[in-house]
Amino acid sequence: MKDKILPVLLLLSLAALTLSSTGDALAARELIVSAASSLTNAFGEIGKQFEEAHPGTKVTLNFGASGALLQQIDKGAPVDVFASADQKTMDQAREKSLILPDTRRNFVKNKLVLIMPGDARLPVKTLKDLTLKEVARISLGNPESAPVGRYAKEVLTNEGLWEVLEPKLIRGDSVRQVLDYVSRREVDAGFVFATDAAVAADRVKVVFTAETHEPILYPIAVVGTTQQKEAAQLFMDFVSSDRGQDILSRYGFERP
Amino acid sequence: MNCLVPLWLTLKVAAVATTGAFVSGVGLAFLLARFKFPSREWVDAVLTLPLVLPPTVLGYYLVVLVGRKGWIGQWLYEAFGISFMFTWQGAALAASLVSLPLVYKASRAAFEGVDGNLEKAARSLGSSEIEVFFCVSFPLAWRGILAGTMVAFARAMGEFGATLMVAGNLPGKTQTLSLAVYDAVQAGNDHLATVLVLITSFVCVAVLVASSKMFKTNYLKETA
Repeated sequence: MKDKILPVLLLLSLAALTLSSTGDALAARELIVSAASSLTNAFGEIGKQFEEAHPGTKVTLNFGASGALLQQIDKGAPVDVFASADQKTMDQAREKSLILPDTRRNFVKNKLVLIMPGDARLPVKTLKDLTLKEVARISLGNPESAPVGRYAKEVLTNEGLWEVLEPKLIRGDSVRQVLDYVSRREVDAGFVFATDAAVAADRVKVVFTAETHEPILYPIAVVGTTQQKEAAQLFMDFVSSDRGQDILSRYGFERP
Repeated sequence: MNCLVPLWLTLKVAAVATTGAFVSGVGLAFLLARFKFPSREWVDAVLTLPLVLPPTVLGYYLVVLVGRKGWIGQWLYEAFGISFMFTWQGAALAASLVSLPLVYKASRAAFEGVDGNLEKAARSLGSSEIEVFFCVSFPLAWRGILAGTMVAFARAMGEFGATLMVAGNLPGKTQTLSLAVYDAVQAGNDHLATVLVLITSFVCVAVLVASSKMFKTNYLKETA
């Protein structure tokens, strides 16, 4: 008999714990923000400061490739604010009526750079040098879902290098996976945003800034199905405020 | 995209992975079932670990070990120019590790179910240890080993987490069916995802039917 009491007690306390924690979640207002991977560090801090400025609101951050985040929202994820790393993904969100178009605005600007591991000795100075035999693997985001990959594909295609380099390309799920591949030296070079390179400045070095056809502007918007439009709008205003822009610029983002 | 490319790759990776898991799993199971040594149950626990550890944990172990700058990986790369990262061999290695416990567990139980007197009898008639293994123990344990191997093959086919971390997600090179489904859903290509999901389901059902058929004929032969 004694043997059976302990597991039952454990189960009961687990159930009690689950119930009490859901109670807490109901008491505090939760704002879910889906943001491009490149915003991981900056939005982490913005989320914290926003919570301080607005007690009672809890910001839950969901990072990923912009395209993947769009699919989540499309499939009914309960997201309140969406920030993507490109205009195309946000355009698709608008076409599918997933965002409130009036709330959309560009909040930062970024750059595409080529990075290599910090101790790399390969003589790469330009895009053309990537065709050298010594450069065996180049990583970029998956052009289908990660904006950073599509920008890189555009740049390589414009230079007529896409097809030549394709056998060397290693596609990452998001910009942060590309960054990880380069900093672990699993690949010889990778295309990331300037702000991502800055986060890992001790492990990777920027070789050059790639010229993209259009400036890389990040849009942000309130998601159409939100139940808390007011709080979502407050968060957007906070991102655009001087305080929010200060945090963003500290992580290397430029004003749009 | 051609759906046959990931299918073919999946079968290739699963076949190589199952072969690896089979050879090492059966060998280790026999050693642990027949020879008693002090830390036996600890070895057993380590061999079962891939069954319970999250695939991402296994993936991380593999990256640290066989990555281009990993403990073993760096040596392999510098000495032989071999790298498991972003290659189908890497996918097979990951799948092999994940399915090893399935072969090992089933084989150990099967070997332990073999009557030790039969092995003793064979030895008393002058058979060497190797002959005892191939002519007595293995044939008698065969059914249990085969069952474990079939499940291992199915598990290897569906491997996702560790494979993604070691072999990446390269279409035509390391993108197996499970990775291709993930990719298609991420990109919002629901049509392709549906096709791939149907192919995967069909292949899995086919493997299960084939294995149950195999068992049936064996059973009938033995009872006839």
